[in-house]
Amino acid sequence: MSQSVELHHIGMAFGQTRAVSDVSFTVGGGEFFSILGPSGCGKTTILRMIAGFLEPTEGTILIGGRDMRGLGPDQRLTAMIFQSLALFPLMPVWENIAFGLEARGVAKRTRKAKAEELLKLVALEGLGNRMPGELSGGQRQRVAIARALAVEPQVLLLDEPLSALDLKLRQRMRAELRALQKRTGVTFIYITHDQSEALAMSDRVAVMSAGVLQQVGAPRELYDNPATPFVARFVGETNAIPGKVTAIDDGIATIESAYGPLRGRAGNGLSVSMAAKLYVRPEALEQRPDGDGYLRAAIERIDFEGAFALAHGRLPDGSMLIASIPSTELAGAPSIGAPADFSFRPANAVVLPDG
Amino acid sequence: MAELYRRFGSGLGTLFLALVATWLAGMVLAPNLMMVDYAFRPNLLPAEIGGPRDVYSLDNILYLANESVHRAIFFKTVWASALVAFLTLVVCYPLAYWLAQRATPNHTAVVLLALTIPFWINEVLRTLAWYILLAFRGPLNAVLLALGIIDQPMRWYGDAGVLAGMVYAYILFMLFPIYNAIESLDRSQIEAARDLGASIWRTHWRVVIPHAKAGIATGCVFTFMLAAGSYVAPALLGAPGSRWFTEIIYNWFFEGGDWNRGAAYALVLLVLCLTVVLVTLRIARVNLTDVAK
Repeated sequence: MSQSVELHHIGMAFGQTRAVSDVSFTVGGGEFFSILGPSGCGKTTILRMIAGFLEPTEGTILIGGRDMRGLGPDQRLTAMIFQSLALFPLMPVWENIAFGLEARGVAKRTRKAKAEELLKLVALEGLGNRMPGELSGGQRQRVAIARALAVEPQVLLLDEPLSALDLKLRQRMRAELRALQKRTGVTFIYITHDQSEALAMSDRVAVMSAGVLQQVGAPRELYDNPATPFVARFVGETNAIPGKVTAIDDGIATIESAYGPLRGRAGNGLSVSMAAKLYVRPEALEQRPDGDGYLRAAIERIDFEGAFALAHGRLPDGSMLIASIPSTELAGAPSIGAPADFSFRPANAVVLPDG
Repeated sequence: MAELYRRFGSGLGTLFLALVATWLAGMVLAPNLMMVDYAFRPNLLPAEIGGPRDVYSLDNILYLANESVHRAIFFKTVWASALVAFLTLVVCYPLAYWLAQRATPNHTAVVLLALTIPFWINEVLRTLAWYILLAFRGPLNAVLLALGIIDQPMRWYGDAGVLAGMVYAYILFMLFPIYNAIESLDRSQIEAARDLGASIWRTHWRVVIPHAKAGIATGCVFTFMLAAGSYVAPALLGAPGSRWFTEIIYNWFFEGGDWNRGAAYALVLLVLCLTVVLVTLRIARVNLTDVAK
């Protein structure tokens, strides 16, 4: 019971303001798909267009191959989980869950049975007669999921539903959501600004910035092969080193930077003598002075994060370099104030044109 | 109280309290106590006041109970006031919902201003405007005639005129409590209801109205009390067949010259209003503190 969602050249303008421009992607049936981007990037607008709360000014949306133009949220096979959850505070939990069935004229006894079944699915058995206000944040979360699943949607739309929870609970709910999605097979479209959430849960992720789709891909692909400078910066931590492309050779680009020549994989649309940046992740930097390009930085501080520590160093021209050091190797870490040499394998860096 | 003293010191604090107490005692408590006193005493010549015939009795109230015309007008006033409250609710609820959930901030500001401006004018003058609108040769009849809805002018003065005048006069007292209540409703609840397939009716019945219940009860209580105690609208827009209980009270005071009986009638109206208010609030499970907000 899952259907695909296709967006074809979707655009949305609110008066003079452009919220979304020319976005196209296809979410497969039964896929866990995330839309990731900073606030104001248009991701919520896209979700509300799929749900039917907004009609796109350009383009078409197909759900299960059917054009959704002119159909309101009550006529679509989607169900939405709101950021605020939007539980009805004056109804007991079971009535909340059965509200969609009530609206479809289902008899009370059937509604109650269905609510019980869903309470079991989200591990809240026996709480049907509580009021939403008497539940904890995580329990309310699950009631919202059960309420949305009660109408047997083909597509579940989730608008940052975990953002109000604390870190531990959020991590647990991530796993639960993921498991629930696999169990029910419903297509999930999940909106978030939290890149670790998107990477951890999704089959595929779409990255948005300023209303424009930057890249769609599996989490690993986004991380290793960012298509644009925005994706390189937004997904995970990275160091950007500016320079000019001097050679491209067998997929490996060489740039002349302020710290000498550096090499990395050539990104899309890169050609010789372009202004470009080399992006290298903190964990790709190794503490050794050899290799074909190395960076010497004066260590300013080391932030201990638990599994690893982040060393913040200053390059000769004053810009920052961040390197990650596994906690097990902290003994050999450079001391603060001292210069340290870092190098990286070209396969672990990527060169993208500026723009 | 402690807050008052802490903030203004004992001197000013005491002064404020004394002013409020004087105001309450002189303007609220004393007149009401005098009304109760009058209500239970007979109407006597000045020479007989304090004499052997000046004793407390229920005569004035029993007079109302036995006077069938006054009794009928009393009960008519009660249900007609309830009708006014209901009609005002019907008029205000959609408007309040629109203002609170749908309108842009600019629209809200303009509409609220437009609704408030007429209330800068005295109630008598506002009612006179309706007197002109509803006149036999007035604009309403002219429009209806021109549209062909009626073929001869209607007499609007009477029950219809009184209802229209009162609904108009009390719109704001109903609108604001409901508007405030609906405004505090998270819009995503309305969207969630719609997303789950609920019709507009069900969304209002199950989500919006339960949320706005305190505001609706407050508005109805205000409107009912004001309508039951209204004098101007029935006096100007009424007809002999649509007399309001307040007009009878007025007559006892200023035409019958019997203040005691007038006070008794007023007391009965007061007690009845209080009862209706408290029962309504109990039914809506709202307490007086919510209303005061």
